[in-house]
Amino acid sequence: MRVLNLFKIATKAIVLNKTRTLLTMLGIIIGVASVIAMLAIGEGSKESIRTTISSMGSNMITIRPGADDRGPARGSGGNVQTLVLEDFNKIKEQASLLSNITPVVNGSGQVINGANNWPSTIYGVNPEYLDIKAVGLQSGSMFTDIDVKSASKVALIGQTVVDNVFPDGQEPVGQMIRFNNIPFKVIGVLEEKGENTFGQDQDDVVVAPYTTVQKRILAIDYLNQIMASAISEDDASEAVTQVTDILRSQHKLMNVDEDDFTVRSMEELISTFSSTSEMLTILLVAVASISLLIGGIGIMNIMYVSVKERTKEIGLRMAVGGKGSDILMQFLIEAILISVTGGVLGVILGLGATVFIENFLNWPTSVAMYSIVISFAVCAVTGIFFGWYPARKASALDPITALRYE
Amino acid sequence: MSKEIIKIENLKREFTMGNETVHALKGISYSIKEGEFVTIMGSSGSGKSTMLNILGCLDQPTSGTYEIDGVRVKDLNRNQLATIRNEKIGFIFQSYNLLARTSAIENVELPLLYNSKVSSEERRERAIKALEMVGLGERLHHTPSQLSGGQQQRVAIARSLVNNPVMILADEATGNLDTRTSYEIMSLFQELNKKGITITFVTHEPDIATFSSRTIVLKDGDIIQDYQNHNILSAADELAKLPKQDH
Repeated sequence: MRVLNLFKIATKAIVLNKTRTLLTMLGIIIGVASVIAMLAIGEGSKESIRTTISSMGSNMITIRPGADDRGPARGSGGNVQTLVLEDFNKIKEQASLLSNITPVVNGSGQVINGANNWPSTIYGVNPEYLDIKAVGLQSGSMFTDIDVKSASKVALIGQTVVDNVFPDGQEPVGQMIRFNNIPFKVIGVLEEKGENTFGQDQDDVVVAPYTTVQKRILAIDYLNQIMASAISEDDASEAVTQVTDILRSQHKLMNVDEDDFTVRSMEELISTFSSTSEMLTILLVAVASISLLIGGIGIMNIMYVSVKERTKEIGLRMAVGGKGSDILMQFLIEAILISVTGGVLGVILGLGATVFIENFLNWPTSVAMYSIVISFAVCAVTGIFFGWYPARKASALDPITALRYE
Repeated sequence: MSKEIIKIENLKREFTMGNETVHALKGISYSIKEGEFVTIMGSSGSGKSTMLNILGCLDQPTSGTYEIDGVRVKDLNRNQLATIRNEKIGFIFQSYNLLARTSAIENVELPLLYNSKVSSEERRERAIKALEMVGLGERLHHTPSQLSGGQQQRVAIARSLVNNPVMILADEATGNLDTRTSYEIMSLFQELNKKGITITFVTHEPDIATFSSRTIVLKDGDIIQDYQNHNILSAADELAKLPKQDH
């Protein structure tokens, strides 16, 4: 009842000073709107990284030769030849948490079809590769285990390769192409995947049996990589441990020895890249928070002016029976109302800005519910924090002095 | 024998200004009975304002007792004083002290906002009644800027009546008004007094005192005169005697 009356008094004071209140709110509005928009951009880019990586196969596990080369002063694992087919067979045989697994060898070279040629990368894999990478076929079919065993010169090509070596719109399936002068028969075209987040064209590939690539193109007997997929995304980290154990025993590593290979799940990759975007988000939000803080100081400033300006009114209210606590509450409610209303408007503006950014700048955005909740809470706290001091000052006025104040 | 509303005994109020102690009130005793219309007179520096602040429970005496409607004010804290002001006293000021840009009725409702025992319906009802009592039943929704000085003071009087106080305390209530309007306001006070409302009127204008039933004169913090007025002038009659204004 009493609070309701004070609420009415505070609302009235706000309504009587529309322009001033709106200008005061502006700081909060801009602060909240920018926090929400910045978080939306941050969340959006994080989500887009996650989507891209997931589209590469979210339960994918990669095994590379050489120790973990994250961090400074390590050689690239690319030239290390510690991963061999034996390892692949062992893992395939023993790892229970993997559904698909393929050896990977890769090399770059020129794809040639008559007068057209295009520099590309050839991946030597087994038929399970498509499932692991979660990529389908646009036309044709995948090669078989028999092709692998016999090291057939068959290949599947990505859309970029198709566009460049079959520029006339010819159907590539059934045609012969050459990769580094080795003839391959095109038996399929991979589904288009576009660029990934890191700007890599996922369609600029040639896929062939690993035996063919090993023997005829690269002339190597080791593997560049083993790719596998865990039974499910949840099993991925467990599968990483499993693979690590198998490989350690396979490589006869002692307890003190470091791994001479690196097993990584997509989850790890996601977190590596997410942390970069998270850092950026934190910076953006920090800047936005500063504007929220300035908005809060704006409220404090205007509340001070308001208390000064209404000294006589405060005196009168006290004379007719307003208690110190009534006056305190009145001004506090006023400050909170300003900041919370500013918060609401800020959320609306922030959501509007997010829609704008998404549609006109084509940046990925994603509004997180928590950002709205947090901005709101911050607003209320701002109101209380910055409203408290002026309100306290008002309530401590001596009614006699206040009444005489001119 | 009617009830004593105000009882003051040996009341002193001292202010410390640096090393000096100013004796604003030097041991005053008097009482006011229900239904009295008292003017407290005195020139500036007589202790009149200090008396008013203490009567209005805005200030506490240094020593002595002050009782209003049976409540000893001396031992009350800030909040309790506020409650006493809210329930027992109606204030009227020289400069009206109405809330700007706020309608007459909302101004009158103000004291009741701080009284949680009064519902919003009752608040509105009582405010309308009070405004009707002061002859402003037609101007409920006018803001102070749309009202004349006399009308604004009437709103202030309505505000002082709305909480059914035991005493109305007026501080130079006619000080900002011309003679004609002053007489109108005084005649309103007389009407209210006839209805049994106790009024204490602090002023330095001697002619105001002729409308009241009792006059207390202060000088240098002491009462130098306290007399009953046996020949109360009617403000309404005096108003009629004033030369007609040209319109």
